[in-house]
Amino acid sequence: MTVEELFDQQAAEVERQNALENRIYCCTAAGCVSCGSEAVRKAIGEEIKSQGLTGKVEVCGTGCMGLCSKGPLVRTSKDDALYGGVDVSNAAALVSAPETLAPLRIDTSAPFFIKQKKIVLGNSGRVDPEKIMDYIAAGGYQALARACTELGPAGTLDEVKKSGLRGRGGAGYPTGLKWELVARQPGDVKYVVCNADEGDPGAFMDRSVLEGDPHRVLEGMAIAAYAVGAQQGYIYVRGEYALAIQRLQLAIRQAERERLLGNRILDSAFQFRVDLRIGAGAFVCGEETALLASIEGRRGQPRPRPPYPPEAGLWGKPTLINNVETFANIPPLIQNGGEWFASTGTATSKGTKVFALAGKIANTGLIEVPMGTPLREILFDIGGGVPGGLEFKAAQTGGPSGGCIPAEFLDTPVDYESLARIGSIMGSGGLIVMDSSSCMVDVARFFMEFCMDESCGKCIPCRAGTVQMHDILLRMTKGEASSRDMAILEELCTLLRETSLCGLGQTAPNPVVSTLRYFRPEYEMHIRDHRCPAGLCEMKGNEGGAR
Amino acid sequence: MSRHHYSGDALIEVLHTAQELYGFLSPGLLKSIARKLRLPPSRVLGVATFYHFFSLKPKGEHTFVVCLGTACYVAGAPNVLTALEHRSTKAGTTTADGKVSVDGARCIGSCGLAPAVIYNGRILARVTPESISKELDRIGVE
Amino acid sequence: MSVVTLEIDGKVCTGVSGETVFDVAWNNGVKIPRLCHIGGLPNIGACRLCLVEVEGQKKLLPACITPVQEGMVVRTWSEKLIAHRRLIVELLFAERNHVCSVCVVNRNCELQDLAVELGLDHIRLRYQFPKLVADTSHERFGLDHNRCVLCTRCVRVCDEVEGAHTWDVSRRGALSQIIADLGEPWGESDTCTSCGKCVQVCPTGALFEKGKAVSEMRKDRGFLKYIVTAREKGQWIR
Repeated sequence: MTVEELFDQQAAEVERQNALENRIYCCTAAGCVSCGSEAVRKAIGEEIKSQGLTGKVEVCGTGCMGLCSKGPLVRTSKDDALYGGVDVSNAAALVSAPETLAPLRIDTSAPFFIKQKKIVLGNSGRVDPEKIMDYIAAGGYQALARACTELGPAGTLDEVKKSGLRGRGGAGYPTGLKWELVARQPGDVKYVVCNADEGDPGAFMDRSVLEGDPHRVLEGMAIAAYAVGAQQGYIYVRGEYALAIQRLQLAIRQAERERLLGNRILDSAFQFRVDLRIGAGAFVCGEETALLASIEGRRGQPRPRPPYPPEAGLWGKPTLINNVETFANIPPLIQNGGEWFASTGTATSKGTKVFALAGKIANTGLIEVPMGTPLREILFDIGGGVPGGLEFKAAQTGGPSGGCIPAEFLDTPVDYESLARIGSIMGSGGLIVMDSSSCMVDVARFFMEFCMDESCGKCIPCRAGTVQMHDILLRMTKGEASSRDMAILEELCTLLRETSLCGLGQTAPNPVVSTLRYFRPEYEMHIRDHRCPAGLCEMKGNEGGAR
Repeated sequence: MSRHHYSGDALIEVLHTAQELYGFLSPGLLKSIARKLRLPPSRVLGVATFYHFFSLKPKGEHTFVVCLGTACYVAGAPNVLTALEHRSTKAGTTTADGKVSVDGARCIGSCGLAPAVIYNGRILARVTPESISKELDRIGVE
Repeated sequence: MSVVTLEIDGKVCTGVSGETVFDVAWNNGVKIPRLCHIGGLPNIGACRLCLVEVEGQKKLLPACITPVQEGMVVRTWSEKLIAHRRLIVELLFAERNHVCSVCVVNRNCELQDLAVELGLDHIRLRYQFPKLVADTSHERFGLDHNRCVLCTRCVRVCDEVEGAHTWDVSRRGALSQIIADLGEPWGESDTCTSCGKCVQVCPTGALFEKGKAVSEMRKDRGFLKYIVTAREKGQWIR
């Protein structure tokens, strides 16, 4: 389609939707599906037919609405309200008289909603991820149009640089610089790769974006390809995410049919194809060089850098790799300009960050807050605090590469630098809360077991070091370790951090280091007194272990 | 395979499809994949065993995958797995009669439902050792 | 091709651009420890024993894949590096069952040499004692997984020099294991040409010639250079 057609179609679709008496949005993200939202959606569809309201009332599925702990969630346009814990018996009311369901209505002026700022998740819960017209009606693909017609490749790059956007995959490398590196490389063949191999335990942000708003990621990739001069893109998505894969495949087909991907995009000379590559269960493939090896059909083992992928990536060609959330930030950034984007956040961390709240917290689910929001606000105002009358003990960010943050640092603003200063990392966005029933030694052991299982085995420090560290931590939780083991454990932490080949091994000691830093007495109690203050571990035959 | 032009780069794609069609990757299947993609057999096996998604043995009639992500872990997934293993077989294996397969998984992204178990492809939410035991009773496990 | 001058351990050394820090150091008499590297095969930077300090770099760099640069200041021995190397070798000894006293390459083993060089006399880590087997199905050679350090020299020499690609690595992490073809006994491999190159490049007693008793096996590493120079330059010299 041409740029004019894009705007015409948008206007037409918006008009059509506004003419409806009621449009019912049913959350069909993984969380709600597992508590029966598909049945609710089907019942609403049948109800519309039996009440003879076809054409006047419409039901559609959407991506994650955020408050997963209250699922299944349904939103109705008639009274612009959100309902939680809905079941099939509510279908009739939702269609014609949602206001009668007041007890199920969720107060959207609660801190959970008003303290958030949605850029990446702007469409999640508001568009049907299986209908491209929904995305277009919400202003979709207009950023791509702006890049192609107004900004040009250099102008697009400038906007991204101006925005101060940093990679959302964990390390926080400035996105604009990365794009520039790729754009500057000579040669006609370049690749754009979207890293959707979200593997941190407790993180489901990327999954929700892909399931809830796949076109946004495609548009972001297309804009990136336009700016750096690539014609081929790959999305490397976890094999476990069956629904995300299905929706991405559908979205790619739709976008190609509408000439928003493929040849002659928006009737210009720009061409860009996107293919999916399905991961097969290896955490290390989130590391960029391992990911490239996997796309090339090999064992997902990292290789030493340099050369970095922007110089020599897929099949030795310049390759731009960003993660899902980074690409999802691109369309609003280009649409509204880099300065608009930079107006949110802190001096060094711009924009918003999506977090997946999980663990011992009242409101588990998906949230998005401006960078720099204090941790306390995220966990207690938005998250609703620790349920069950237990005390907050620690928050874990960054998964197996991150650290545990104790209560004394709850007022830390969440940005790249502040989190690094207190021994954790931003990571990809998993935020897991632990209460006084969690044992920090066991938590460290849990993450070490994860790293041990996921180590690719190429370099010795990571392959054999994680085994030894896990061995020591396991013996601690059984009350069999000595203070000499503790000294060796710390030596191994240093070894892995300084000598491992890739990020997985270098950051594997982080959970141990951070718990040692803030909860050392707990370790000492395990060693000296053979006692676990949380009462979880040991030593009466209960290993507290996952094996 | 022809869709991927018999290219060795597509090995993982081909393995995915093969597993979907046959349920698991038998030695004969791997051999013919190696031949058609013109790859050394050891490389094919190396790739197939590197990724945990691929299975070289047939799966049981009923499969249980216990999520061991952090959220599920703190919510008690290890106890669920222990109960399951106690009644059937160790994680990563299938019972001798081919009835039940048990597996542990990395985070399945359903942290709001912790602890979660995928039973024959369907997600069971907030599982306890008791509820999993009932499920085993239902399918007639001794 | 231009000459590069750099400083290694306080000594001024010269090399040619494109050469690695490792090669230039060895050519100038500075012996950096290594395990996965062997002249004539592509480097993978996996064993982490050749890590060196380079002035102005925060991270330690693997010498075997770091190209020399004009004015570079390199330190190959420091307290920190020695501590790291010792711990890495300790990890290797604890990982599998390395019993020198009953090994065919006793006193002719690169792992043993490393331990001696680093003054390692005991292992503080817990031995893992994995249950591993030896494959003696080949008529001339044997493969003992107990001695394997997963340096993948055999995989690379088989693929790059012999062109057979009989060997590869299966599984991952601590469970990684060298395999022939589809995990078949070595003797039944269709692709193996029985050339024996893998046996010669193996740094330990993992790959060995049959019929050798304890301490009897000597490995010939010079052949690789012979083949590579012959191929690249058309000169048959050792």
